[in-house]
Amino acid sequence: MDTSIWQPILYLIGIMAFAGLNAAYLGWCERKGAGHVQRRIGPKEVGPYGLLQPLADGIKLMTKQLLVPQGVDGILFRVAPILAMIPAITSMVAIPFSPNIQARSIDLSVLLIFALASIGMMAVLIGGWASNNKYAMISATRAVSQNIAYEIPMLIMVITVVMMTGSMNLEDIAAKQQGGFWNWNIFPVAGESVAQALIMPVAFLIFFICSIAETNRAPFDMAEAESELIAGHMTEYGSMGFGLFMMGEYLNIVVGACLTTILFLGGWDCPLGLLPGVWWFLLKIYILIFTFIWIRWTYPRTQIYKLLNLSWKVLIPFSLGILLLTAIFIKVEGFLI
Amino acid sequence: MGTEKVPSSVVQFAALDKLLALGRANSLWPMTFGLACCAIEMMAAGAARFDLARFGAEVFRPSPRQSDVMIVAGTITKKMAPAVQTLYDQMPEPKWVIAMGNCAISGGPFKCKNNYSVVEGADQFLPVDVYIPGCPPRPEALIEGILVLEEKITGKRRWPRVEPT
Repeated sequence: MDTSIWQPILYLIGIMAFAGLNAAYLGWCERKGAGHVQRRIGPKEVGPYGLLQPLADGIKLMTKQLLVPQGVDGILFRVAPILAMIPAITSMVAIPFSPNIQARSIDLSVLLIFALASIGMMAVLIGGWASNNKYAMISATRAVSQNIAYEIPMLIMVITVVMMTGSMNLEDIAAKQQGGFWNWNIFPVAGESVAQALIMPVAFLIFFICSIAETNRAPFDMAEAESELIAGHMTEYGSMGFGLFMMGEYLNIVVGACLTTILFLGGWDCPLGLLPGVWWFLLKIYILIFTFIWIRWTYPRTQIYKLLNLSWKVLIPFSLGILLLTAIFIKVEGFLI
Repeated sequence: MGTEKVPSSVVQFAALDKLLALGRANSLWPMTFGLACCAIEMMAAGAARFDLARFGAEVFRPSPRQSDVMIVAGTITKKMAPAVQTLYDQMPEPKWVIAMGNCAISGGPFKCKNNYSVVEGADQFLPVDVYIPGCPPRPEALIEGILVLEEKITGKRRWPRVEPT
């Protein structure tokens, strides 16, 4: 690895720019997507195609009065939005965008990203508690119970992939899926076990559902159910505190899409094995993000009981079954690639 | 804002002020808040046919902490007035109020001799920036109201005004 001082600085600037651009323009994508799903146009008049809309929103949010309501826990109230943003940016360190574009190749990068995601959840809990608002508190507890419920099947799916590839390094996991879509973990027909290939699409589906729930997106956005909980854990946050929470949410979506791409969709690999590179990675994550937005504006919100039932009664048994089957296939048929 | 004169000083902030005003005018987030039948027209303004989203004003925030403009859409009863006042007080500056419909302007049809329950106009207790007449006003009128508010913030109008013929 190059030891020049400029490399970390370049990666820092690059990651910050990538994160900032995504956080700003995913808001625009979401509003445009919502518009088109609902047969509207969406933002249009602020700049060409409404492209200056995030800029206007940013200016407005930054210059709005910074209001700290009476009775809140001053320090925690100020810390929570920052805490929502930091883990999402930090986990970009471990994500390999292509064989050459990766800030650090960490051996336990899968574990690191999930640990950081859990810290991001703490921000919701701290923000909800520090706000001294009953709706924020209810929302924070809901978000945490939801996250605990959905982290289990998600992690079991990750363990399945790790067992198949024999590595916890995201770079290795992606590198083992190179050479065309028949090698990808979503449907590895080129692998040694056809039975394994048949259960992997289910694993992908479980992982994708869990990543929607982990990022608190509709139809699982119990944390900020407007009709019940005002704005959820962000109820008492105005101006940029709210802005940081939103940016953190969008960055979590980006990280979730990156993880799904690396674990199941072959990372930077081209579907037909031609010209692998960072463009394929970006294409895949933006298709996944579009699916997130599409699902959000198509399906209504579920209830918290149905949500937890789905996890504990359906996803966890299924994922445990997949884990067991994968272990058997590896042991019995010598599936390990 | 915008329309008053900026006093001259050594350091000129007029350009920055203009930028801030542009940013604020183009992202007016209203509060999810309706009092009576005018709210139905407000919802129609956000829906597919009229699409308030074109001007970046479709983000109806449920919490007053995140909203910029309060659209008082409907009749304010005396029982409701303290709640409306609280919501207004909870909004951070800068904030604006649009009185939508005749009830919010003056009490409308409820302004009569034996009126015992209705506040006669939102401007009795709120600093109203834009009045939108109508009973209820059509969604186009609400969009025009938002454009007038933008004009008030930035000092210039987005499109030429259409004169009645």
